[in-house]
Amino acid sequence: MDKQRRKFLKIAGASVIAGIGAPAIIKLSGTSAHASGGRVVPAAGHAPAVAHGAHGEEAPKGVRLGMVIDMRKFADKPELLDGAISACIDAHNIPQYPDKKNEIKWLWKAPFESVFTDQSAYHSSKRITETDFAVLCNHCDDPPCVRACPTQATFKSPTTGIVAMDFHRCIGCRFCMAACPYGARSFNWQDPRPYIKKYNKNFPSRMKGVVEKCNFCAERLALGQEPACVESCKGTGAITFGDLNDAKSEVRAILDKEFTIQRKPTLGTKPSVFYIV
Amino acid sequence: MIEKTLKGKPAYWVWLAFLGMFMAVGAACYVRQYNFGLGMTGMSRNVSWGLYISQFTFLVGVAAGGVMLVLPYYIHNYKDFGRITILGEFLAIAAIVMCLLFIMADLGQPMRALNVVLHPSPHSMLFYDAIVLNGYLFLNILCGWVILTAEKKQVKPPKWIYFFVYLSIPFAVSIHTVTAMLYCGLPGRHFWLSAIIAPRFLASAFAAGPALIVIACLVLKRVAGFDAGRKAMNKLVTIIIYAALLNMFFVGLEFFVGYYSNIPGHKHALQYLFFGLEHHGHVYNNLVPFMWAFVILAFGAIATLATPAAKKNDFVLGLGCVALFVAFWLDKGIGFVLAGFVPNPLHEITEYVPTMNELGITIGVWATGFFVVTVLYKIAIGVEHEVEEC
Repeated sequence: MDKQRRKFLKIAGASVIAGIGAPAIIKLSGTSAHASGGRVVPAAGHAPAVAHGAHGEEAPKGVRLGMVIDMRKFADKPELLDGAISACIDAHNIPQYPDKKNEIKWLWKAPFESVFTDQSAYHSSKRITETDFAVLCNHCDDPPCVRACPTQATFKSPTTGIVAMDFHRCIGCRFCMAACPYGARSFNWQDPRPYIKKYNKNFPSRMKGVVEKCNFCAERLALGQEPACVESCKGTGAITFGDLNDAKSEVRAILDKEFTIQRKPTLGTKPSVFYIV
Repeated sequence: MIEKTLKGKPAYWVWLAFLGMFMAVGAACYVRQYNFGLGMTGMSRNVSWGLYISQFTFLVGVAAGGVMLVLPYYIHNYKDFGRITILGEFLAIAAIVMCLLFIMADLGQPMRALNVVLHPSPHSMLFYDAIVLNGYLFLNILCGWVILTAEKKQVKPPKWIYFFVYLSIPFAVSIHTVTAMLYCGLPGRHFWLSAIIAPRFLASAFAAGPALIVIACLVLKRVAGFDAGRKAMNKLVTIIIYAALLNMFFVGLEFFVGYYSNIPGHKHALQYLFFGLEHHGHVYNNLVPFMWAFVILAFGAIATLATPAAKKNDFVLGLGCVALFVAFWLDKGIGFVLAGFVPNPLHEITEYVPTMNELGITIGVWATGFFVVTVLYKIAIGVEHEVEEC
């Protein structure tokens, strides 16, 4: 059962990549000034011959979905981030607990000093200190949680680079929570269903005793839709999503143009979420 | 030999009933936790491992400590340990049983535990931990049983068993090394990310394990008429003192690295453990009393065990060993695991306090371990007495 499910997800993912079966190719927030207007996700195996990154990083292979979060946009319009968070909650049946102990968070807000613990917050500008930063799973290219998982319940999708979860295989040992340097993982300390405000039939709710986290909306990508948070910020350029390995993608255009930072890059996890501060 | 467990003085049965009571309480608490989920514990999103995993970590050490008897006896032919080596092996069995129970108690989906076997993941340290723990359990059952059976029949143990006896020595080292690797290979957890964790674990294990065996010998001398002999005890004390000093030395090195380098991430957990960590105007310090108790008890125990009185007086010896065992339990069975989560990856601080239900399960597992060790020691001592009689 589990295996079939996983196989299905893989095939679904792969067909999106190949552009078969999916009603539309994933379109990025097209109104941004940097819009390339082209396909976002290239055909599988079409690894662009890009220049090698600094410090001998290996040449990128396959698709590596990633995100650029433009905090300038969120600073101007804080309600944008609230909208993205509630879109995420609605899309994934994320339970809302009144207490911190049980908290389940996929996409949430945190101050700069919490998000970028390696960066100095000494005499930061007002925009830095007063803006809430968007925090989510980094879908690392070299994810420590995947290394730690004793059952491969959390795994890196070979076709998209998404760090995904199999809720039916997870034994709830929480090794991945200890391993994640970004605090991106949550555990169902009890049955979450009574705390789901609005039930979305298109995504499974979880049971007690398993870990969960942001999945870059793999289920929406499979239908040719954008991630819920990206869609919620559409037209603002606050979040740009796409293939980091595709030189023609919109995310790459932004990465090439803007100065971006990643969370804790020194740990070697190669986060796929970038921030414009 | 199992029949030996069925005959005993009233005190034996009262003791087993006493432990059985706590086991029953633990089982009842576990049923509650199983039905509701791990929300029954004090663990949270930020402190995602608690008492269960910290007890597991400590008890792996107790299990590994048995090798401090096996190694001198079988490799160096140190005859004085002949009578008590079996106690080390049987203690290891009980300790591993507790470890496995604590792991099961900690799983969110215990019914899926076999997924670790069904989907083997060689990149996960838990995979190796499962192999070495179960392997060590098997080796101790096998070696203990075969050698005891031979003793009962008053023949030499079969030659093939020595292969497994020698194999159990690297396994003892491996269980604690791999357990340390669960922690010290995680990026972003500064307190655990230290190459000295495995040696430190082994040092504390080689002190706490033998200390518990000395305590057991003193108890057996009083209640079961089994005398391990002063010479063996005094040799064990020497081992305990050196291992304990090494552990304290390693703890000191952690302090040096953190405070001399002055890197905040390397200091935070130590600050939290020993002095309290200030964050947004609030000082978080609920582990500070435990850690200073650890330091005081550890040095007190080392000093006590080093006095000439400990060489002659059973009470002084027992006191020193109990103090040392408690000290290293505070260090590894409380402080080490919990402090790794403070602060969390976003530099927020959440303190952990176990719930009554969680304590009930924890005490229940400990009671189970004592039950197992009592029954096993009953067999071992029964065989000893039988051999002496004929």
